[in-house]
Amino acid sequence: MNAPREFGEPLIEVEGLDAWYGRRKILHGVDFHVHAGEIRVIMGGSGSGKSTLLRHLLGLIRPAAGRVRILGIELTRASDEEMLALRRKMGVSFQGGALFTSMTVGDNVALPLREHTALDENTIRIMSRLKLEVVNLGGFQDLMPSQLSGGMVKRAALARAIVMDPRLLFFDEPSAGLDPVVSAELDELILRLRDALRMTIVVVTHELDSAFKIADSITVLDQGRVLLTGTVDEVRGSTNERIQDLLNRRPREVEVDVDGYLRRLTEEEL
Amino acid sequence: MEMARAATLLASLGRRTMQSVSGLGYAGMLLLESLYFIAIGWRRGQPVRLGSVFEQMRQVGVDAIPIVSMLSFTIGVMLGIQFIAALGEFGAESQVIMAVAKSVTREFGALITAILVAGRTGSSLAARIGSMQVSQEVDALAVMGVEPVRYLVAPALIAMLIMMPALTMIANGMGLLGAALYASPFLDMSIGAYFVQTFNLLDPRDLWEGLSKSVVFAVLITLIGVSTGFAVSGGAEGVGRATTRAVVLSISLIVVADMLFSFFLNR
Repeated sequence: MNAPREFGEPLIEVEGLDAWYGRRKILHGVDFHVHAGEIRVIMGGSGSGKSTLLRHLLGLIRPAAGRVRILGIELTRASDEEMLALRRKMGVSFQGGALFTSMTVGDNVALPLREHTALDENTIRIMSRLKLEVVNLGGFQDLMPSQLSGGMVKRAALARAIVMDPRLLFFDEPSAGLDPVVSAELDELILRLRDALRMTIVVVTHELDSAFKIADSITVLDQGRVLLTGTVDEVRGSTNERIQDLLNRRPREVEVDVDGYLRRLTEEEL
Repeated sequence: MEMARAATLLASLGRRTMQSVSGLGYAGMLLLESLYFIAIGWRRGQPVRLGSVFEQMRQVGVDAIPIVSMLSFTIGVMLGIQFIAALGEFGAESQVIMAVAKSVTREFGALITAILVAGRTGSSLAARIGSMQVSQEVDALAVMGVEPVRYLVAPALIAMLIMMPALTMIANGMGLLGAALYASPFLDMSIGAYFVQTFNLLDPRDLWEGLSKSVVFAVLITLIGVSTGFAVSGGAEGVGRATTRAVVLSISLIVVADMLFSFFLNR
């Protein structure tokens, strides 16, 4: 599964990306490339900047510096039409599912079709049920999101993300808050999607088992910097101390900066 | 020490000013964006759905009819009592009809409606959008290529612009009815005659004053509700705070705007 594969043209090109949150710098000159047909895992601890990177890839934040190109379109320069066309080719499954709580599961999955296509209601219904079947939620279309379990919410969100048959699929923390069995099922589902629907998939996770199982390649982020991009074996074999800390669940050493410590204690609140 | 405290105070004052200015700018931007989507959204693949406008009109307007009617009726009775008592002292009961007619149509109809709608719709807009923001549903809309402003704000704005004047008219009618029921026995006239008198005394300008206010209130309530909703951060507690803020801010601004409006329209 993890054997080297041949991948197509780059679909995501990020160069020199900086991001700030107030006066705190979250990303430091991140370079990040994903090629067609690849499953890329962005791995890192909390606060590593992986969610911020994802939000840039989705065009939800404008980069402070650097370039983000998705499917050949540079996000900062894209016109409204280009952005809309791009968004139809991208699917996103959010961490908490982000299903619309006021709609049934079926309507949630059908929403992108209703908004972006002129298909008739019958076709839309069939297509959204088809996608629910893909994620093993056949027959659940009439339930409300609040009636679903955590794993079912994630799968329904996945069905909504793939209903337009996107070229690019983003998956934020697929296994967060799920038991190991359900999360393993989701991993299988992601692999199947790539093979059956030929999607390029970017998964953000801090879950090691899941990352190693699904990834063609892994980008390890730490404190806003890319430590390494490589295959599973390369990441496993890396001699980088921080990566080994992450793999072996070692707590990181706390650096003591005396000046900074004193300044933080005495500084006026701004 | 005193200096330092003064400086902190000044700094926090400045920060609050900046926040309200940027809040104002944000609300203005939301207004412009909604108008943009209403005007030409359908040509850009971002149509404002008629279905969701009707749904909003039901929630904003139709569902509010009972409470608006009841309260404006009560206010009408109250005005009748007060004017009969106050003008009776001068033996000027006949002026009661005039006083009630003008104050209901110019002021109370629009004001009572606005305060009620701020409590119902302003808070529900803030809570709905705020909780969607917290659960990333707003992000989900955006990445789906559905502009959140088009999908969430524009229908509410249209609905409010239609339903607020409509509700205000209902409030006017109910307010006048309340006053008529109480005051007509004192004036030795039938309710029918009271209404005939009222319509003779009313100038279309009086109605327009109330209705144009209600349009301004509609914009205020909608923008404050949605902008506090979009600004929510910090989970369920943030949603609660936004809801409170939306109601308090809308009602305060409604009262101030009402005063300014009355001042400029009656010069």
